[in-house]
Amino acid sequence: MPSIHACAWTAVVTRIEDRVMAAVIDGTQTTRTWIWRLGDSLHRFFDSDIFYSFRRSPVTVLAFVITVVFFVAAFAAPILAPFNTNDVATLNLMDAFKPPAWIDGGTTEHLLGTDDQGRDVLSAIMFGTQVSLIVGFMSVLFSVVLGVGLGLISGYVGGRTDHIIMRIADVQLSFPAVLVALLLFGFAKAVLPRGLQDAVALYVLIVAIGLSNWVQFARTVRGSTMVEKSKEYVQAARVIGRSPIAIMVSHVLPNVMGPVLVIATISLALAIITEATLSFLGVGVPPTQPSLGTLIRFGNNFLFSGEWWMTIFPGLALVILALAVNLLGDWMRDALNPKLR
Amino acid sequence: MLAYIVRRLLQSVLVLLAVAFIAFSLFTFVGDPVNNMVGVEATDAEREWARKSLGLDDPFPVQFARFVGHAVQGDFGQSFRLSIPVETAIGARLPATLELVFVAAVLALAIGVPLGVYTGLHRDGAISRILLTASLVGISLPTFLIGIILILIFSVWLGWLPSFGRGATVDLWGWESNLVSWEGFKSIILPSVTLCLFQLTLLMRLVRAEMLEVLRTDYVKFARARGLTNRAVNFGHALKNTLVPVITITGLQIGSLIAFAIITETVFQWPGMGLLFLQAIQFVDIPIMAAYLCLVAFIFVVINLFVDLLYYAIDPRLRLDGSGHAH
Repeated sequence: MPSIHACAWTAVVTRIEDRVMAAVIDGTQTTRTWIWRLGDSLHRFFDSDIFYSFRRSPVTVLAFVITVVFFVAAFAAPILAPFNTNDVATLNLMDAFKPPAWIDGGTTEHLLGTDDQGRDVLSAIMFGTQVSLIVGFMSVLFSVVLGVGLGLISGYVGGRTDHIIMRIADVQLSFPAVLVALLLFGFAKAVLPRGLQDAVALYVLIVAIGLSNWVQFARTVRGSTMVEKSKEYVQAARVIGRSPIAIMVSHVLPNVMGPVLVIATISLALAIITEATLSFLGVGVPPTQPSLGTLIRFGNNFLFSGEWWMTIFPGLALVILALAVNLLGDWMRDALNPKLR
Repeated sequence: MLAYIVRRLLQSVLVLLAVAFIAFSLFTFVGDPVNNMVGVEATDAEREWARKSLGLDDPFPVQFARFVGHAVQGDFGQSFRLSIPVETAIGARLPATLELVFVAAVLALAIGVPLGVYTGLHRDGAISRILLTASLVGISLPTFLIGIILILIFSVWLGWLPSFGRGATVDLWGWESNLVSWEGFKSIILPSVTLCLFQLTLLMRLVRAEMLEVLRTDYVKFARARGLTNRAVNFGHALKNTLVPVITITGLQIGSLIAFAIITETVFQWPGMGLLFLQAIQFVDIPIMAAYLCLVAFIFVVINLFVDLLYYAIDPRLRLDGSGHAH
């Protein structure tokens, strides 16, 4: 259903396309097709039902805007943040325990107040969001690679391999993700030498959260792989003698990735919350790289003396971020599901 | 039916053995226990003797079998940090966690199911919409944050309820209880509300979805056509048929209540098993970690098994399919 708006977009995109085409007319064949494909998919994206359903849902647009704001604030924190909270030299103890700007005693210099060491809460939240997002993304990437890989093998190979992988998945699914991540973290702490622990804590956390979340990906991919496996194009690929690995990666994989994207978005929200929970419990990221959860844990010590802003603002940031990502995931699930259209 | 039970039992034992193996391998990864026990000046012969007398020179499978043998009898050795037997440490903390989980489960059921029925029956009502939106926020709120907010409101600002510990407990034949006196009960309110909130929203959404499904079926339409009262149709026919998945999910969620109790117990400094386990992780207290792991796995497996069997008891259709003949 293209509206005037969409038509304008189409015109812009087509013009960009033409200019790009003219520029690369004497480029190599591969770059030309590549750029043409990019232009074509842009064109198709802005003209698609998915973009239409996105524009028609104000909640989704709002969630998208909030997510983008969080990303920009987090990754441009070294430029945008009023103070560099990771640099101890900038801290001034005279500024400690300043309330937010709109409460008596607060200053506009520290909009959301300061903590016990004079750290600006707003800046700390921006740097903390960066850590939370990095851990969230990396752990979801880890689960996607592991889950999709095992799901493909499970669905394509079948038989005993399938049975073993799915049994492991069933058992793990009956334990909550937080508990699995906590156990893996404890395990790593017992196995790794003490000197190394702070240096690798971030990676341990990523692997622990990633390992606690792979099952959903594996199950979904296994299901769709089993459907794809019996289709003609896979049979054809087998007849011309392609190896099973090549068939799995280059033929089946692109056709089973749709649902993975949706689950990955919802998993991102879950991973961010799990990371915050572990950091709150004191088994997450090292204190030198505070994430949102760490900030909440630090602030929690001052809750009883009335300095609530150290806890509540990072907590609010966490909830808004998780809610926005969740809403995006919800919308994506509905938009990509042809049955609901 | 019998074959099914036997197969499920075998699977459960396998899972428990796998968990026991993980717990056991924790011990083997943290260096040589003999080095920690004998003095610096011990000779090689003395080390060898210590190793033999502790059974550490036995092959791996024999050591594992011994570990399982002890574990079955509830013997996990001494805690590194507390220097008391692990079973004593856990036994002292178990009642606190069980009471917390019990109260949370009761709250989730008593509030979640009626709300689910209401939102299912009045799907377009204003109150239903508010409840559903609130439940979305509830799902996005992490447990520890709910606890912090409740403490801020009810303990710091209003000063109505205690914010940490078990407060005044009553000793019931060795079982320290919070549920007998009002003073004790005041301490359990905030932790259990925190713990139940996520399960409550989950139950509400589940019951609502099931109600919507069931209300569309032919037998509900037929019940209405027979002229039965709304109450008889809604509760006697519709609600009754939503209960199978509700019972399943409730059973499975008790497992996650125990896991999430770790978080709640940390926020409220509730002296339960979860807090003990978290401290064990921070101080690398392996015997407690191993024991907690085995105990939680045991509880999970028993609940899973029980729920599977309950399914057969509740839903006669499964029994028919299971026998394979009747149709």
